[in-house]
Amino acid sequence: MAAIELRQLVKRFGGATILRDVSLSVEAGEFLTVVGPSGCGKSTLLKIIAGLEEQTSGEVLIDAQPADHLRPKARDIAMVFQSYALYPHLTVFDNLALPLRMRWLTPIERAPMIGRFVGSAARQRVAQAVHDTAAFLEISHLLDRKPGQLSGGQRQRVALGRALVRRPKAFLMDEPLSNLDAKLRVSMRHELAALHRRLGATFVYVTHDQSEAMTMSDRVAVMMDGALLQVDSPQAVYDRPSHRSVAEFIGSPAINVFPAHVEHGRMRADSVLLPSHWDVADNQTVTVGIRPEGLTLKADAHGGWRGEVAHLENMGADLFVHVRTQLCDKAIVVRMPPQHGAGVKIGETVTVTRLASALTLVFDRDGQRIDPRREILSEVVNG
Amino acid sequence: MAETAAILPARDVALPARFSPRPYRVAASESRHAVALVAPAVGLMLALLFGPTAAALVISGTDWEFGAATARFVGIDNFRALAADPVFWKSVGNTLIYVAVVVPACVGGGLALALLIESRERFRAFYRTAHFLPVMSTLVAMAVVWQTLLHPTIGLVNQVFQFMGLEGRNWLREEGTALLALALIGIWQNLGYAMVLFMAGLKSIPRDLYHAAEIDGADSALDRFRTVTLPLLGPVMMFVLVMMAVRAFQLFETVHVLTKGGPNKSSEVLLHLIYVESFEFLRTGRGAALTVIYLAMVVGITLLLTRIIERRVHYA
Amino acid sequence: MSARRQPWIEGLARHCVLIGTSATMVLPFVWMVSLSLKPPQEIFSNAWQLWPSTFYGIENYRTALSAVPLVRYLGNGVFVCTVIFILQILVNLPCAYALAKLRFGGRDTLFAAVLVGLLIPPQVLAIPLFVLFYTAGIVDTYAALILPWTISVFGIFLMRQFFRTIPDELIHAARLDGLSEFAIVWRVMLPVARPALVAFGIFSVVAHWNDLFWPLIVVQSEQLATPPLGALHFANDEAGSNYGPLMAGTVLITLPLILVFLAAQRRFVDGITMTGLK
Repeated sequence: MAAIELRQLVKRFGGATILRDVSLSVEAGEFLTVVGPSGCGKSTLLKIIAGLEEQTSGEVLIDAQPADHLRPKARDIAMVFQSYALYPHLTVFDNLALPLRMRWLTPIERAPMIGRFVGSAARQRVAQAVHDTAAFLEISHLLDRKPGQLSGGQRQRVALGRALVRRPKAFLMDEPLSNLDAKLRVSMRHELAALHRRLGATFVYVTHDQSEAMTMSDRVAVMMDGALLQVDSPQAVYDRPSHRSVAEFIGSPAINVFPAHVEHGRMRADSVLLPSHWDVADNQTVTVGIRPEGLTLKADAHGGWRGEVAHLENMGADLFVHVRTQLCDKAIVVRMPPQHGAGVKIGETVTVTRLASALTLVFDRDGQRIDPRREILSEVVNG
Repeated sequence: MAETAAILPARDVALPARFSPRPYRVAASESRHAVALVAPAVGLMLALLFGPTAAALVISGTDWEFGAATARFVGIDNFRALAADPVFWKSVGNTLIYVAVVVPACVGGGLALALLIESRERFRAFYRTAHFLPVMSTLVAMAVVWQTLLHPTIGLVNQVFQFMGLEGRNWLREEGTALLALALIGIWQNLGYAMVLFMAGLKSIPRDLYHAAEIDGADSALDRFRTVTLPLLGPVMMFVLVMMAVRAFQLFETVHVLTKGGPNKSSEVLLHLIYVESFEFLRTGRGAALTVIYLAMVVGITLLLTRIIERRVHYA
Repeated sequence: MSARRQPWIEGLARHCVLIGTSATMVLPFVWMVSLSLKPPQEIFSNAWQLWPSTFYGIENYRTALSAVPLVRYLGNGVFVCTVIFILQILVNLPCAYALAKLRFGGRDTLFAAVLVGLLIPPQVLAIPLFVLFYTAGIVDTYAALILPWTISVFGIFLMRQFFRTIPDELIHAARLDGLSEFAIVWRVMLPVARPALVAFGIFSVVAHWNDLFWPLIVVQSEQLATPPLGALHFANDEAGSNYGPLMAGTVLITLPLILVFLAAQRRFVDGITMTGLK
């Protein structure tokens, strides 16, 4: 299993900058997801790692060896594509066998008709490897079919098998689950995570779905507009996003953000004064972020934000109340257990308030997160 | 996934020596390969398509006759001679008349047939086959058949005319009717082609649009045709028109087999004239000049039609 | 169009009209077969009766087959069209793929050239090509019949449009698997392009099987005649009133393509219409 290192990758194409100075270290055996909105450059990043596209500047190292001048085949990396990219005219068996045939058979042995008569030992090894992989992925019964005859989930496994059969140094996955229906997607997430554990392989996974990123990865790399904003564990990205964009992208429903004005060293959001845990200069406007689970509705009108209920989302186990307040243009989303919100009706006036334990994030004008003062932090850590 | 499947055996095959790193640049590699893939086609395009077209242009400016050892450059003399030649103008006129008769008939008839066939499920394939059969047939052979059909005595056409009390004519041998007879054969041969294209176009119109139109109040067949069918057939219509026009200009077989341009040049058309001038009279220079005119006309009509229709077409 | 509420009388009217037009379309074929089976007396007397009173088919067909080498004509047609199509694939498919999927300098110019080439009617090339082949000494050979058609800008255009619908990822996967660019063209693109190839094949075979203009110019000997040329020779030979064998000959010449068409109608029509989806 290989570690992959990217050093200051820049990619420009036709006047647009697709990757801006991207540096990333993927450890051997790690499951790292690059997540970001569509068009942020993550697929391009993957193609550069694979050798399918060339970077404008910067280096790619695989297993500490420079890989920039290697052909895709020589980099020994396998890739699973969003559309699976299975050869439609070949059977599943042949699809799985092709990468091995290209590597283990000589050109003569590969020749269309006469190859059949030579190299039976190598051919045997190929067949054995294909059968092993098929058994591993439970697709042995599909070996004779063509991709056109398979369901989406089955094709996905074949695509995985084609990557797996080569025992490559690392696996690259370009949104492999986005073409599956919702239910299948969830079960495939489990399977991919299990596969990763079983193989101990290096997975570099790309998706725009932040829930995939959160549930499957060892580490998450958030990418926007060609730049990496944060690379951290899922929990760290969720609790301590380095940038407002990260906070807004990760988490569903999205985090509530609203402006707050600083007076006398304290932040005021609408009518409420927030605790003085942060060092902020006066007369500034900062952005505050609180996730729906950090808010609640309370009965009396003091010390909270008044607003009108615009929308109710009952998910069964959770109730999300959307409240229009003076804080910002968008409605504030509050999460609560359905029992507590049983009487809430649309149009009602309610008061939104912070929970004592709420994780409150503060971002400066540029979107960078401002940490609370050291003593507060250590309180949290020790207390 | 199989819980019990053993961990896959570790890779035991070392990478062969031929994988030794060699400088590999993606874009340059792609470029080199593309050039190799494209080279044969480009070479043949120059040698067999653009080269000859340019050559025709050059030859049209000479007085060369095939087999002669030398030729002089005569500028536009060939074109002047043609402009003064009544046969040339007759051919151009005949060609245009033929196109003006055949194209609307095929386009209109093709559309009507397509609408009729597509309006119900029954026997679609049979009707489609029956109407498309002439398109597939070898025109030279069928021209001979038409000759017998149009025969003044034994031909079926005249027999039918007599039966209806009308006078039969020698269709292919009379000045007034020769071109029309050829046009009839032309329509017969090409109608199915237009029809099949329209059928495909009709099939691609989403049903929902008709339903929406019905709800909006367009519930008669004519209304539906005007609000949904005709606009959405725009692109197909354009293609059919251009195709039919180009095919009509390529009229040759029936003239050569049945009338040889006669009687009295009443069925002489451009392409046949090119053939006669170049390969029977061997006046290659003149033939080339005719070819240039022919090219200009075909390209001109194609571009003209495309320009006119494109303005009125809604691309859904 | 929904036929839910239309009365049955409209359906009947539709059938009447269509049967009428179908009969008109099919009439020449029926007439052709009918005459090919009639003895001379019946040809000249009675046009209405389609089936002969005296069956003269065998004599007519025998005369037709012995008068001219009909089988040879058909064989030439098969040979020439097949070779043309194979060469067309070899030359034009790689070019279409490169235009659709690869980046290289001059790509847009080349595609523009292809579009311009589409406008040029093939007959425009006849004189210069004939002169060229004459100088090269290959007039009146199979090469002369085949060579001009090896380049097909229409084929390039059609296949390029088709290749553009194929996801790039398939090519990426093939490169990752280690296939060379050459292998990608022939082992991945060719099989995947089958629908477009079938459509183009039909177009190509029908066009060249039925072509009279070029073979008329470039072929002088009987042995090389393609079906249309053969039909022409036959008609000229049997000029006069030997209509029975003449019709028999035309039946034999037209039959193969018609039979193939009837057997694979769906493919033919799909092919013709696909070439229309410019």
